[in-house]
Amino acid sequence: MATAAAAVAQDTAGTRDSVDYNEDVVRLFTLATVFWGVVAFLVGVVIALQLAYPVLNLGLEWTSFGRLRPVHTSAAIFAFGGNALFATSLYVVQRTCRASLFGGRDLANFLFWGYQLFIVLAASGYVLGITQGREYAEPEWYVDLWLTIVWVAYLIVFAGTLFKRQEPHIYVANWFYLAFIITVAMLHIVNNLAVPVSFAGVTSYSLFSGVQDALTQWWYGHNAVGFFLTAGFLGIMYYFVPKRAERPVYSYRLSIVHFWSLIFLYIWAGPHHLHYTALPDWAQTLGMTFSVMLWMPSWGGMINGIMTLSGAWDKLRTDPVLRFLVVSVAFYGMSTFEGPLMSVKPVNALSHYTDWTVGHVHSGALGWVAFVSFGAVYYLVPKLWKRRELYSLKLVSVHFWIATVGIVLYITAMWVSGIMQGLMWRSYDSLGFLQYSFIETVERMHPFYVIRALGGILFLLGALVMVYNLIRTIRGDIRQEAGLAPVRPAAAVSAE
Amino acid sequence: MPSEVEKDAITGTETTGHEWDGIKELNTPLPKWWLYVMYATIIWSLGYFVFYPAIPWVNGFTRGILDYDQRTDLDRQLAEVREFRGELLTRIEGASLAEIREDDELLDFAVRGGGRAAFAENCAPCHGLGGGGQQGGYPALADDAWIWGGTLDDIYATLLYGIRSDHPQTRFGIMPAYGVDEILTREEITDIAHYVVSLSGETEDAEAAARGAELYQRPDLCVTCHGENAEGNVFLGAPALSDQIWLYGGTVAEITAQVHNPQYGVMPAWIDRLDDATIKMVSVYVHALGGGQ
Repeated sequence: MATAAAAVAQDTAGTRDSVDYNEDVVRLFTLATVFWGVVAFLVGVVIALQLAYPVLNLGLEWTSFGRLRPVHTSAAIFAFGGNALFATSLYVVQRTCRASLFGGRDLANFLFWGYQLFIVLAASGYVLGITQGREYAEPEWYVDLWLTIVWVAYLIVFAGTLFKRQEPHIYVANWFYLAFIITVAMLHIVNNLAVPVSFAGVTSYSLFSGVQDALTQWWYGHNAVGFFLTAGFLGIMYYFVPKRAERPVYSYRLSIVHFWSLIFLYIWAGPHHLHYTALPDWAQTLGMTFSVMLWMPSWGGMINGIMTLSGAWDKLRTDPVLRFLVVSVAFYGMSTFEGPLMSVKPVNALSHYTDWTVGHVHSGALGWVAFVSFGAVYYLVPKLWKRRELYSLKLVSVHFWIATVGIVLYITAMWVSGIMQGLMWRSYDSLGFLQYSFIETVERMHPFYVIRALGGILFLLGALVMVYNLIRTIRGDIRQEAGLAPVRPAAAVSAE
Repeated sequence: MPSEVEKDAITGTETTGHEWDGIKELNTPLPKWWLYVMYATIIWSLGYFVFYPAIPWVNGFTRGILDYDQRTDLDRQLAEVREFRGELLTRIEGASLAEIREDDELLDFAVRGGGRAAFAENCAPCHGLGGGGQQGGYPALADDAWIWGGTLDDIYATLLYGIRSDHPQTRFGIMPAYGVDEILTREEITDIAHYVVSLSGETEDAEAAARGAELYQRPDLCVTCHGENAEGNVFLGAPALSDQIWLYGGTVAEITAQVHNPQYGVMPAWIDRLDDATIKMVSVYVHALGGGQ
């Protein structure tokens, strides 16, 4: 395959060989990404089915929705997403700095095993009922302390590698990765300030109380989206899209302006999670307006991702890996329009507490975070295991279409269900009494819960196709297939 | 590594002269529409700051030209609803249950409006929408079988104080655990179950039912509460056993289990949870479901 051959030639050219890149740890993180991805999707399917068919809670506390839901969210965000960020950031920072990882192999291995320990401690705690009750920050104090140690080590490895770089400038992907690492450290520490009841027990109490506590939590919660799931994954986008498209990044200036505006604005947007609550009006205004102003800075990333393809649009037809990457950016654009829209108070009055929010999160999580990760993993695996190409591009295409149909089913079901739910809640009869009881809204949502679960099952099936494809790739097999990735004249400047 | 600034052959745009791992960057200017929309969102936000509460100070915040306040806004909306319902609600507050029942306008307001809404929100989770009841001890309210009485006043009292609730005036009745407390033997309980089944249907074991009938009528056993003809007793909350309505199932095995070690449901007292007008409306609504006496 021409693209693969060119890429391999490019990798072995020049002085790049002389650097002792640590790819072992990247391989480990890549495998963990795929493993935890399947776990996250599987648990997601289970809890989606539990909502549609409550009997699947099995009547056991450990398998009830309330305990499994944080297992799903943490597995998706921190285990799947987190490992994808570790894998790609440690790969990208070495390549774009022309330097091996700072701190050597031992520190890198500590990052891997330390982070996996964090995931296992957190998830097993949820199942046993150990939780702080803070969304996306459920782990108790002892797990939080451990993650802090691992995260500081991550910052040292990443920043240290930047310091010893052999390139004059720092590549844009690394700005985003660094912003993600630093901000997540700050968010994690502040939101988890708590006093343990005893050093022998697992329970702790938050340092904050009342609405301050709620605001701290949603300052954290929204920026977990903003810096973990956005800034970090924009780092992935900025490396893997131009690499795979073999085109230069569309606009350096846009990357600067949208980077700084994004990280400045995002950090203030959290209060929009607390509209119409005890939070003072002025803070709600802050959260709403900063979310609206965030619209274009977010779209800056989308423009830079999609427009990088100018001159290489034809590759979308032939390269399903690039298709994953580009469609992820499109989903990113859609979610980051929907987000500011939902933060506007009158819209929020309808959407808040409904399934619309769940649909919004998943168009971001499945469409953006997972798709860009799949694209990066499909790019990385042949490189890391020194294979010429993937086992099968056709199977990548199969994965792409199954997963896309799954996402569409998921988010449309949640849009319809969420808006219906919101409208039913606020519907009054001619005498001014509520038209519907809560239980009636639940009843009406049932068909959409079934459709949502079906969407999740498709997404999971797609991921299993990926697992098979990657295993065969690692084993060194190449499937004989025609029709994909034909020879294309190298017209782009990036192809040296 | 740094490279020369060059012209991209496809777009005609110059690169920046930076290069990392083969990735270069074009020096494309910011898209105009992008910049202008960003300015527009900033201007819109600044405008919002002028009209709505926005800038915090040491001991307060700017209130904005509209002087909007979430709490005041809510109070205004609630006052609007109260005003809208005002006259009817005041009349309901002052009327007796019988008067509400007699007055078409009030009856309509209670049954179609307030009573229905409050029932759907508070009662339907156990008793079902429309009072259909549920298996496992949640009685149907749409039929004419009443455990604690089906007059307006009975229903009203049940709603106010609950059944086996934590309110001191709660309705309270429990059946002894004849098996667990070894008052009767297992065989005797089974005999009684056969008899109870025979009251509203056919029993497979007439002999057992006959023995059960004798036990049933013993002055210290079932007859005391459930009555000579098993018609039940609404003052004690003893359900009728002569119909085919069963809270915990009507087979011999299920009735045996219930006599052996009875299950009880609990209904909360609503007196501290809902206002009196709402409880009145719910009483009238439940009474009107089909079986009110």
